[in-house]
Amino acid sequence: MSDVKKFLYVNRKAPHGTIYALESLEVVLIGAAFEQDVALAFLDDGVFQLVKGWDTSELGAKNFQPAYTALGDYDVQKVYVERESLEERGLSEDDLIEMTYEDEDDDFAEKSSIRIVSREEMAKIMADADVILSF
Amino acid sequence: MKLGIVVLEGPYQHEASDTAYNFTVAALEKGHEVFRVFFYHDGVNNATRLMVPPQDDRHIQKRWSELAEKHNLDLVVCVAAAQRRGILDEDEMKRHGKDANNIAPGFRISGLGQLIEAGIQCDRLVFFGD
Repeated sequence: MSDVKKFLYVNRKAPHGTIYALESLEVVLIGAAFEQDVALAFLDDGVFQLVKGWDTSELGAKNFQPAYTALGDYDVQKVYVERESLEERGLSEDDLIEMTYEDEDDDFAEKSSIRIVSREEMAKIMADADVILSF
Repeated sequence: MKLGIVVLEGPYQHEASDTAYNFTVAALEKGHEVFRVFFYHDGVNNATRLMVPPQDDRHIQKRWSELAEKHNLDLVVCVAAAQRRGILDEDEMKRHGKDANNIAPGFRISGLGQLIEAGIQCDRLVFFGD
């Protein structure tokens, strides 16, 4: 096996109400230093983590949504969002924040990291990962 | 097979810690290597030596500590998650000016890099959560 493994961070829970989303993000940020092949998956209520326009002012909790948009700077280039999870919640790609990365192989052009995939495709992405970190 | 175990839930409230423990015991009995057990989220609460469960119930912390001693297991508690929830060792106690610490024998506090390293080193990283 090569030195670089495929890490897949699976996010299934809503951003607020529990700390899972925030602490999952902390793992991604730390993990970036290890130069592995990193991808993020958002499904079930996890898709709410990427819905734009968070307002946490009345929760007394930090709004950590800007950290998602900064993930491109941490070399996170693949963000898979499950289409069925969006549809089941009345959401579409238009409701999501922008997440981008700079493509080194294309003159550092800014490209979207978000890829909407079907449940079937998500299963394949999971099967293809070496390490699944499920939060 | 070289295994990494991740415990994401606290003791008693959720069964995840029990299942992780039973899985770890079974894996060791089968001759697998357990590279590390990493405690994250509320899982860090498994590491307090101050828990006092009823005598006729299992003692989740002692069980982990005894397993660690018997098999020389590396039980690692995430420092950031531990700080939030008041799990401190001697060093952390001093660093934050607290008057007590509560880490149980066999556990050590370290960073999230230990989780990523387990992912890199192990054949399987197995998560036990809600």
